[in-house]
Amino acid sequence: MEVSKALVATATAAELNQAITMSQSKSEAHNAGAARRTTPSGIEIPAVATAAMRRGPDDSAPGEYPFTRGIFEDGYRGRLWTFRQYSGFGSAEESNERYRFLLERGQTGLSVALDLPTQCGYDPIDPMARSEVGKVGVSISNLSDMETLFRDIDLAKVSTSFTINGTAAMIFAMYLAAADKAGVPRAKLTGTIQNDILKEYVARGTWIFPVRPALRLVADSIVYANQESPRFNPISIAGAHVRDAGSSAVEEMGFTLANGLAYVDELLSRGADLERFAQSLSLFFYVHMNFFEEVAKFRAARRLWARLMKERYGARTERAQQFRFGVVCGGSSLTAAQPYNNVVRVAVETMAATLGGAQSIFTCAYDEAFQLPTEQSAELALRTQQVIAYESGIADSVDPLGGSHYVEYLTDEMEVAIEGVIKEIADYGGVVKAIEDGYLQRRIARSAHERKSRVDSGESVVVGVNRFRNETENKTVGEVFESRASTAAEVLRKYEKIRDERDAAAAERSLATLDKAARDHSENLMPYLVDCCHAYVTVGEMVERLKQQWGEFVEPVKL
Amino acid sequence: MATQLQGKRILIAKPGLDGHDVGAKVIALALRDAGAEVIYTGLRKTPDYIARVAAEENVDAVGLSILSGSHLELVKLTAAALKREHADDVPLFVGGTIPRGDWNALKESGVDCVFDSEMSLEQIVDEVARRLA
Repeated sequence: MEVSKALVATATAAELNQAITMSQSKSEAHNAGAARRTTPSGIEIPAVATAAMRRGPDDSAPGEYPFTRGIFEDGYRGRLWTFRQYSGFGSAEESNERYRFLLERGQTGLSVALDLPTQCGYDPIDPMARSEVGKVGVSISNLSDMETLFRDIDLAKVSTSFTINGTAAMIFAMYLAAADKAGVPRAKLTGTIQNDILKEYVARGTWIFPVRPALRLVADSIVYANQESPRFNPISIAGAHVRDAGSSAVEEMGFTLANGLAYVDELLSRGADLERFAQSLSLFFYVHMNFFEEVAKFRAARRLWARLMKERYGARTERAQQFRFGVVCGGSSLTAAQPYNNVVRVAVETMAATLGGAQSIFTCAYDEAFQLPTEQSAELALRTQQVIAYESGIADSVDPLGGSHYVEYLTDEMEVAIEGVIKEIADYGGVVKAIEDGYLQRRIARSAHERKSRVDSGESVVVGVNRFRNETENKTVGEVFESRASTAAEVLRKYEKIRDERDAAAAERSLATLDKAARDHSENLMPYLVDCCHAYVTVGEMVERLKQQWGEFVEPVKL
Repeated sequence: MATQLQGKRILIAKPGLDGHDVGAKVIALALRDAGAEVIYTGLRKTPDYIARVAAEENVDAVGLSILSGSHLELVKLTAAALKREHADDVPLFVGGTIPRGDWNALKESGVDCVFDSEMSLEQIVDEVARRLA
């Protein structure tokens, strides 16, 4: 209103006439009058978006190339997203109890968190594992642990997601071996291993081997999963950690799609069938608080990925062009100050995820910014998804924001910006070089530094932190989940028992065969890893044997 | 602000297996902006390694970043290693995801100050400068 008045006061009659008759001009005048605003990724935000701001026509329907409006014709009407909560504590026994608790309460997929020694390829007895056994997840060093973890859970019926990367091939081999022993056909297994080693070098840090042999392990596990357990997703290309580390939504998508393209290139170079493996690629992202930018980033990336798969690689089938993704809501957008505010944040983020068309959603518990979730906070996180799914009506009509001028404008702009990041990395010399040089790592550190500075200065508002603070707040909330002090001792005792009781000769034979196969670049290492697992060879032993041949990644530490 | 830490050498280290290094790097950048010479260890360093670097580089302060929940053990081990290397006469800082309830225990292990993610970079730099003054 203010803007219109100012316009009347200064405009000539002709200008005024134009402004009144053309709605487009009117909103441009309106935009010009408002203070400039940008999304957290730096995309210009119009005060009023219009159809004329679109970069080009995209009349595709849901389920139709390039899948801007989603990969399913019927959206969530046919099937809701998967409610997937991340859990896993201490020993395999403790985690097994927790899984059964969650399954009884209506959770539809399990998500396994592994402790750091398991993730970095150290057995619980290794000096490097000291004080970390069973800390941020469950310790799985051999087949016996895996069997305990899934005791009384039907592997044919549950979809299991493992957050595992550096040792993903070994843990996947162990899951297959556990299914074999339980008599569950591998073809019936569903779930995901994260298996995205590239982002470990960039943002999450559980790398083991140098980049090249690590890529081979990823490609081998994808090809093997495609053959043996076609319903199991052998990789979840993850932007989540890049994002949570401090990068913007555009960088999150740009880095992740660039990594995705690097996997496609590696698979093609190993002779894998594009139409087959491309169907099994899935992606994983964070949802943070800028609602519309988050919705748009998914729509933009889905369209861009489809275009790249079709135009760059010639993928013909829809399944091979589709961008399937899961999300986690919360993470570093949550605060330790006024933690109940996080319940609201997670709800807003979950809505953005559904409006962006996520296939699976994990919601963080409100207390995650300062402790491991309690049973009560973990349950509330799951209930948040259920309220949105069953009460809000959000799942009733497909892509309900499609056609919104603002959302379509942002979708277009995000796509251009994401493609720009992919090109920047390609121009640098590709992802592998950018990682080996530490280029991407430095870029993220700088973004994180900027993000922190914006919060410090109050430019980015975080309620309860830099605005509306409660200075007298007592920071302790509710009950604290206590991890049992005896966990590490129990894990060690079981580990030593297995090492004593297993057939030592069979274990050594399978390791020697693995070693030989690793020397032949054309061999797929997965069947050898499965054999090792059946012989109760430990994760640390498999990793150690491969390290002797491949060496270890040398981290570029330049700031 | 740009000269507050001029002439100071500060070691920023990641003990244990925790791979979250962004907080450590952001602090390193902020300390460097304030004039300090910052040595960053990179990931997965043992307490012994960290103490050796602290001694060899003759640093004025040591900062540990831990987000894996293993802070009590790792800090205790690192403080002991620093003592063995006779590098325990410099301030020891810890940051990461450290529950408030553990702050006192850390201080008893020899930590001078604990930083959380909701403190501003300016507050952190000021505090480091005050301890090094």
